[in-house]
Amino acid sequence: MPEVLLEGRDLVKHYPVTRGLLQRTVGWVRAVDGVSFSLEQGKTLAIVGESGAGKTTVAKALLLLEKLTSGSILFHGNDLSKFSATRLKKEYRPKVSTVQQNPWSSMNPRMRIRDVIGESLFVNTKLSKKEVYAKAATLLEKVGIGAESLPRFPHEFSGGQRQRIVVARSMALDPDLTILDEPVSALDVSIRAQIMNLLKDLQTQKNLAYIVIAHNLATVRYMSHSVAIMYLGQIVEYGETETLFANPLHPYTRALISASQLTLPEEGEQTTTKQIILTGEMPSPLNPPSGCRFHTRCSEASDKCSKEIPEVKTVGTQQVMCHHYK
Amino acid sequence: MNNPVIQVEDLRTSFFTRIGEVKAVDGISFSVNEGETFGIVGESGCGKSVTGLSLLRLLPEPAGQIVGGKIILEGKNILELSKTQMRAYRGKIISMILQDPMSSLNPCYTIGDQIGESVKLHQDLPDNMVEPEVISSLRLLKIPAPEVRLKEFPFQLSGGMRQRVVGSIAMSCRPRVLIADEPTTALDATIQAQYLALFDDIQVKTNVALIFITHDFGVVSRICDRVGVMYAGKFVETAPTREIFKAPKHPYTVALISSVPRLDKKDERLFSIEGQPPSLLNLPPGCRFATRCSQVMAICKEQEPPEIKISENHSVYCWRVK
Repeated sequence: MPEVLLEGRDLVKHYPVTRGLLQRTVGWVRAVDGVSFSLEQGKTLAIVGESGAGKTTVAKALLLLEKLTSGSILFHGNDLSKFSATRLKKEYRPKVSTVQQNPWSSMNPRMRIRDVIGESLFVNTKLSKKEVYAKAATLLEKVGIGAESLPRFPHEFSGGQRQRIVVARSMALDPDLTILDEPVSALDVSIRAQIMNLLKDLQTQKNLAYIVIAHNLATVRYMSHSVAIMYLGQIVEYGETETLFANPLHPYTRALISASQLTLPEEGEQTTTKQIILTGEMPSPLNPPSGCRFHTRCSEASDKCSKEIPEVKTVGTQQVMCHHYK
Repeated sequence: MNNPVIQVEDLRTSFFTRIGEVKAVDGISFSVNEGETFGIVGESGCGKSVTGLSLLRLLPEPAGQIVGGKIILEGKNILELSKTQMRAYRGKIISMILQDPMSSLNPCYTIGDQIGESVKLHQDLPDNMVEPEVISSLRLLKIPAPEVRLKEFPFQLSGGMRQRVVGSIAMSCRPRVLIADEPTTALDATIQAQYLALFDDIQVKTNVALIFITHDFGVVSRICDRVGVMYAGKFVETAPTREIFKAPKHPYTVALISSVPRLDKKDERLFSIEGQPPSLLNLPPGCRFATRCSQVMAICKEQEPPEIKISENHSVYCWRVK
């Protein structure tokens, strides 16, 4: 059994909604509402969902950019909430890095590439300037950009190259885990494949673990070992990528897969059976529906679905939050 | 059925900048029939959006200029029309849906006012007839409770609903040609599926010719009848959708399709096209894809490939194809 690197247990993040002069709390936005998962060393977990599902809030919580309302994050089996600020700075923050969606806004336009990549080394290590730049050069070469680009500025690069630089920066401190928030969705189709292949290569070389936040299911299938499908702050289905795609259980997962599949016109040549088109839109997390949160859009919903909150059930190797499974 | 509503012949659009002429669209031709959907696919910077804007003559002048070609709409070359004459066409006979609904709607006016604006402008209706017209175009886009919605402001609607409102504005005068420039890119997967299904319905009801600009082959497979693949300002291949997926001929089309991960099978490693598209400022002689093509030959770098007709509807521009 490979070691479990990161575990999320019942993560909850509620944002208060305040109103009036005294900023009284009048309600809560339940952005993340009881999310649990675990991730092994060298593996990729994908978190999928539509906008507003809470996937980015989970990522922010893992990066300690948001304080959780409740729940615990375990890193190498240790609860982060028991870490002191110094211990976090030494043992957690350098080990977790991030790559963000938009390479046009994730780098300081006034910094040269060598400083973009070297910044975390200056802060976290005692290396000299020369050593840092030498390390930056090796990192840059690893992502397929020549070391002669070190003194250049971000605006001199194309989108794909920028995303490579951001990837190099995320590798600077040899992290155990990188959180990729929509790493390719801002890039062009032909560049996406380059970046995805690069990320996979780096994972094999360094035994890195990834958490990929994405909304494109095909990307997820290509990149990940396990998938968590989120809907309105909850994981509705969780399992190994291949089994989940071969046999999606939750009606929402099925609708999502159907919505992302290629369908060719003309009969007899369709790659999918009947396409599932959901009615309506995702309700507000301010006031989530009673019972199963998906019941307002589910074609298979029964009376029970609108009244009782489904429990997480294990079907085979998958976990699903739906009344239709026993 | 075979009745082209719009014909584009050798359209050329350039941007004149301080550092030179950028040939954004460099000689493309296509036609779209009544009730047909033609897709324009390509990466960013290939000229697909500029093509869309050129068809409406909405280029940012004076930098952007149509420098050649013809756009024949209902038998008339609209490039010869004066600005005032063109205004009578725009919104009435040809209209457009843009990518981001929040920036195409005015936040200060109600939905009803914004749809009514184009109704009033193009149709000679008494004031009390405008509202029913607005409601019918909201119905066309399947917006629930249109009588209530038309008094609402854009911020009160969700992303999917806003994009439907933009669609209602575009369809308010029942145009013959509708250009949709990445209308679903800002929408979520399940909402995107709803929106695309709407187009089928609209076409059945109004027989509009749809020009769909996108970078997503999934969307193409879902709604387009024919598709043109664009690269650096030119079509490299135009074909019926099914043929593009089953038997793509141009190396760029092949590469583009195989670099998109598939949902129905697990790829071990994705094919990736190395390098980047050429700068439109000084294009290389010969085939534009030559620098990135895996099957490049000597002639590719010297002469532009001719159009080769594989079948009536399937053309490809490549020296490799015989």
